Amino acid sequence: MSAKKMTVHLKVWRQKNKNDAGHFEDYTVQDISDDMSFLEMLDRLNVNLQKAGKLEVEFESDCREGICGTCSCVINGQPHGPVTGAATCQLYMRQFKDGDTIVIEPWRAKAFPVIRDLVVDRSGLDRIITVGGYTGAKTGPHADANSILVPKENAEKAMDYAACIGCGACVAACPNGSASLFTSAKISHMSLLPQGHPLRQSRVTRMVNQMDKEGFGHCTNIGECQSACPKEIKIDSIAIMRREFFNAAIRS
Amino acid sequence: MKKEYVSSSVFKKFVMGATGLALLGFVITHLLGNLLLYKKDGTAFNDYANKLASLGGLLYAAEIGLLAFFLYHAFTGIRLALMAKEAKPIKYAVKKSKGGESKWGLASNNMIISGSALLLFVVLHVLHFKFGPGINEGYVTALSDGTEVRDLQRHVVEQFKNPLMVVLYVVAMLGLGLHLKHGIWSAFHSLGLTRENNSKTIYCAGGALAAILAVGFLLIPIYLYFFY
Ligand code: SF4
Ligand code: FES
Repeated sequence: MSAKKMTVHLKVWRQKNKNDAGHFEDYTVQDISDDMSFLEMLDRLNVNLQKAGKLEVEFESDCREGICGTCSCVINGQPHGPVTGAATCQLYMRQFKDGDTIVIEPWRAKAFPVIRDLVVDRSGLDRIITVGGYTGAKTGPHADANSILVPKENAEKAMDYAACIGCGACVAACPNGSASLFTSAKISHMSLLPQGHPLRQSRVTRMVNQMDKEGFGHCTNIGECQSACPKEIKIDSIAIMRREFFNAAIRS
Repeated sequence: MKKEYVSSSVFKKFVMGATGLALLGFVITHLLGNLLLYKKDGTAFNDYANKLASLGGLLYAAEIGLLAFFLYHAFTGIRLALMAKEAKPIKYAVKKSKGGESKWGLASNNMIISGSALLLFVVLHVLHFKFGPGINEGYVTALSDGTEVRDLQRHVVEQFKNPLMVVLYVVAMLGLGLHLKHGIWSAFHSLGLTRENNSKTIYCAGGALAAILAVGFLLIPIYLYFFY
């Protein structure tokens, strides 16, 4: 089957830097194959802009196969676009129709200031991990592999939560700019494994407080984050985070 | 408990959930009491109202507790809504839900609006009935044993002969339904009581209870207007 060609109209958020007010700019990109990825379409736009001597649209991407969490666009009001369980880089132009207008915006949240155009500063997520998203290190001789037993069910659940790629779509989707899904995914992952237990209480306390300090909002249990998450992490993790937190509070 | 716990957003939501569920308990008993209004002669309702009033100190204690929960819930709610606005200062030009199990919708997105409307309504409602006309204004009736008590049933019935009043109460109860549709589930989730295997059930049961309560309350003024 030969690929269909299409033309799309774009409304792209352009912003010079953090302090610039920003605005939408209209573009039309022709000769797009429906087998192209969404990011390849943006590459095409940038080539056109370069040829015309204009500044390219800045957007982030790295692996382009849904594993690094770098890509981040809100497409027609949906973080990572219309497909669920996929990142922006896994979105293909066949999801759109010839002549469609596509609105492209950066992640919006106070804790994610825009650096330029569609690129936002997501280092707040890194700082949440830095204060507690790790396990204690063992000293002494190296233990045998598999010397710590983990029930299969816990191992699988922990793996589901560990699938978070730190893209921040949950924050982008949340009407309150909350990072609860991201933070709770890490907390749930580690609370399910014996390796995570020694630091259990300090971890949840420090990560929750850092989340507030970074300016992320609180969670109003809407669950839009779960639908936007490319790794389909469930909001049950947020209930786990809360249980861990109350547990730590009572023991403190 | 240390400040690092009490001052966190997770703790504030815990308080919202706990006070919310306590208020839900009150709303349920309130509806059960109101069902007595369906009895035409009014004795059953007046008797119930009188029994409550004669609890004296105990009633005051319960009322003060209820007021405290209510105010705490309202003020924490307003604070949280302001915090949320601050955390998301710029809205999207286009916003669309990604569907799935998301609870994104009229109820969940407008908790502060339905909540504020209920706050206003409760103030009016208390002035309207609790502090409405009593024995001194001639609203007296005799119970079956002959004691003279306030005829609250008469006042309620008279008020709901006014169509505007009926509309006001019906709208307010639709607001209550919306608030509880998201609120009941949200309280359980904020308290950490949901798990993978029960969260759908809690959400559906919460929605059903919200609908039952809203419809239960709003049928009363409609019944009194048309059939009393
Ligand atoms: S929880 Fe999902 S949406 Fe949020 S950062 Fe992780 S992968 Fe992205
Ligand atoms: S570019 Fe790596 S996940 Fe999209």
